[in-house]
Amino acid sequence: MRSTLHISVRRLGLLILAFPLAAVAQQTHADFAARIGMESHIGNVTGHAKNAQYDYRRYCVGCHGERGDGMGENFPWIDPKPRDFQLGIFKCRSTPTGTLPTDQDLSDTIARGIDRSNMPSWNTFTLQQKADLVAWVKHFSPRWASEKPGTPIQIPPEPAVTAERLKNGREIFAKVQCWKCHGVTGEANGPSAATLQDDLGRPIAPFNFTEGSPKCGSSDADLYRIFMTGLDGTPMPSFADNIKPDEAWDLVFYLKSLEPKKSKEREIATKLQLKPVDTTPPGQQ
Amino acid sequence: MQNHRTGQSPLKSTLLAQLCAKSRLRESRILIAILLSMLGMGNTPSAHALPAFARKYGLRCSACHESWPMLNYFGQKFKDNGYQLMNDRDAPIWQNASYWPITLRMTPFWSRESVNKLAVDSAPTGEQKITTTGFNLGGLDILTMGTLEKNFSFQLVPSSDETGAFHFEAVNVRFDNLLHSPWLNVKVGKFELDTFISEKRGLTLSGSGGEYQLFHFIPVGDGNIFGQVGDNQLGAEWMGHSDNDRTRLSAAVFSSTDGNVDVPYGQNSYSAFFAGSQAFSAGKLGVQRIGGYAMYGVAPTTYLTSGGVPIPGSGIGNKSFSRVGFEGLFYLGQHLDFQVFTQHGSDDAWFGACYGDIITGTCDPTTQNNTTGILPAGARKPTWNGAFVETHYVYSPQLTIFQRSEWIRMSQQAFATNPSNLGDIDNYVVGYRYNPFMTSRAGFAFHNEYSWIRQRGTSPVTATDLSSNSLMLGFDFDF
Repeated sequence: MRSTLHISVRRLGLLILAFPLAAVAQQTHADFAARIGMESHIGNVTGHAKNAQYDYRRYCVGCHGERGDGMGENFPWIDPKPRDFQLGIFKCRSTPTGTLPTDQDLSDTIARGIDRSNMPSWNTFTLQQKADLVAWVKHFSPRWASEKPGTPIQIPPEPAVTAERLKNGREIFAKVQCWKCHGVTGEANGPSAATLQDDLGRPIAPFNFTEGSPKCGSSDADLYRIFMTGLDGTPMPSFADNIKPDEAWDLVFYLKSLEPKKSKEREIATKLQLKPVDTTPPGQQ
Repeated sequence: MQNHRTGQSPLKSTLLAQLCAKSRLRESRILIAILLSMLGMGNTPSAHALPAFARKYGLRCSACHESWPMLNYFGQKFKDNGYQLMNDRDAPIWQNASYWPITLRMTPFWSRESVNKLAVDSAPTGEQKITTTGFNLGGLDILTMGTLEKNFSFQLVPSSDETGAFHFEAVNVRFDNLLHSPWLNVKVGKFELDTFISEKRGLTLSGSGGEYQLFHFIPVGDGNIFGQVGDNQLGAEWMGHSDNDRTRLSAAVFSSTDGNVDVPYGQNSYSAFFAGSQAFSAGKLGVQRIGGYAMYGVAPTTYLTSGGVPIPGSGIGNKSFSRVGFEGLFYLGQHLDFQVFTQHGSDDAWFGACYGDIITGTCDPTTQNNTTGILPAGARKPTWNGAFVETHYVYSPQLTIFQRSEWIRMSQQAFATNPSNLGDIDNYVVGYRYNPFMTSRAGFAFHNEYSWIRQRGTSPVTATDLSSNSLMLGFDFDF
């Protein structure tokens, strides 16, 4: 009884904290019905929301809920919490912060899954299934009726990794204060790590570069994209206005050197005997 | 929940008891066997659908099962990855410490069972139709499966029949993604052979329709119990698959014991099973899968005896048998799918003459022990062909209507004097499963089913067609 009450109080608290967003996103079945004609376009495949009801019910509803609000039966038990599609806010995008993702972004997330969450990889779905599900996800939020997705950011070709680039990446890591959340060694133990919350007021952990894979993909280009688009709905901002594309690649290389797996970046960092960034304020060093 | 040691249906065990060893069994024993078989109406194979996995991952039954326990493509991939989603939630170290990977399945039901010709002392012809109705149980499965660590998993399935007598249906450990390759997965222990159409995950449960006949077919009078594709076997299996599980290959080698422990038959008798399949996308129709399998084995026909009783494990004089066929799973959109399974089977002439299993009494240990090496006059290799088509109309993840039609035809009898259609089987099943709720915690289904089966020329006294039918109204609990 006590645990039930505890959960209810937590949920109530979350609802209060989330009120500004929830008020915007409060959706009725009539709203959904009005958007049931939603489409998606992925390559030459057109997805139709109405065709995804069956698959959504089969695969997704347990977490994301009948109304797409993330309040499925698993909500109380899993962490991170399921995405609330009604808000129309998504972490994994190729588009600038604050904009809607492309249909391809959503399809990629379905296929890739999200590591360190309960969202598995659904790469067994056909292209058509994914396209239909993307349209279905979109129909939950009014944002898709009034806004267009952002324009995907351009990712310049990846340069060759060098010692200079790695050292520069370390400087950028210090300059934009990645360490405050991710820690100086990338182990998610920075001074702000314990205080982080997502937009709904839920505690959220920064990514630990020494284990696991980033939520939105683990390739170099994925990391680059994450810096430049940010992860909307989380404390991870976009650095598109703070660092240049070349610097972003340097940061990618430095972060790869923090990962324990064998890589050219790690090899160079070992040779350089690269030390963690010094976070002592100027004047106190 | 059926007779897992032999994997035989009541009708088939009756037939084997009556025909293969007809000359040596007293009629009263036959009648008892028949009645016991009838009363063992719940013919539910030990079926694998594990809410323990649903609880672990927070996924509903429908994520992995077309209709539980039948796997869909996602569930097949999960199984082929060693019961892993291949994310960081796989290893138990990341689970809540109270998580326990155990599922219980039980099936209470009411049924009406009818057999058209049974040996009855008081019947004018010696045979009589017997119909009985009543409440019954389908036994109990305790399904434990899970990961010990990333890429190390296990399966342990103690299973009871309806009397509460337990046996180990499956016991194995598996090592997956060796050398970081999905093509290198190894399993050792007692396990299901790798047909992607799985009887262990079949939807049918009734007395005359719970089994795939082709998975257990033994020609009338044949002594080879070792070639049953549907019985779990003791051995080792290599299995490999592509990242997305569209291409699957496997090879297994196992003792020719039909899954029985302690090697009770041959001194050096082994069988092998090979399977492969390829899935492909057919646009809006869905992902289709086609494949094939081949089973080849040898089993003993000669045993040393002590006091006239065959000595377990002393068997030599290996003779061969084979089973080959195709299988397919075809989707016509989201709601309709067809499973197709074919088989060509062949047994050595010695088996056809009822040499082989004299340890558990399929054959007569006094007259059918191959000590002379002289094949009975006129004995030939029995061969047969068969197929079934099982259709599922999945109205929603909660309601599935199904049917199966199955036919087995002998192409060569063990003796030319046998009627050419002796032992041919026709089996039809129709039913539905309705899950009034579907969550990621437990499974529950109303299960109603009707089945009918006929085997040619096998009635106990007049050697005419023997048929039976079952009507089952039950509940399937899975927690």
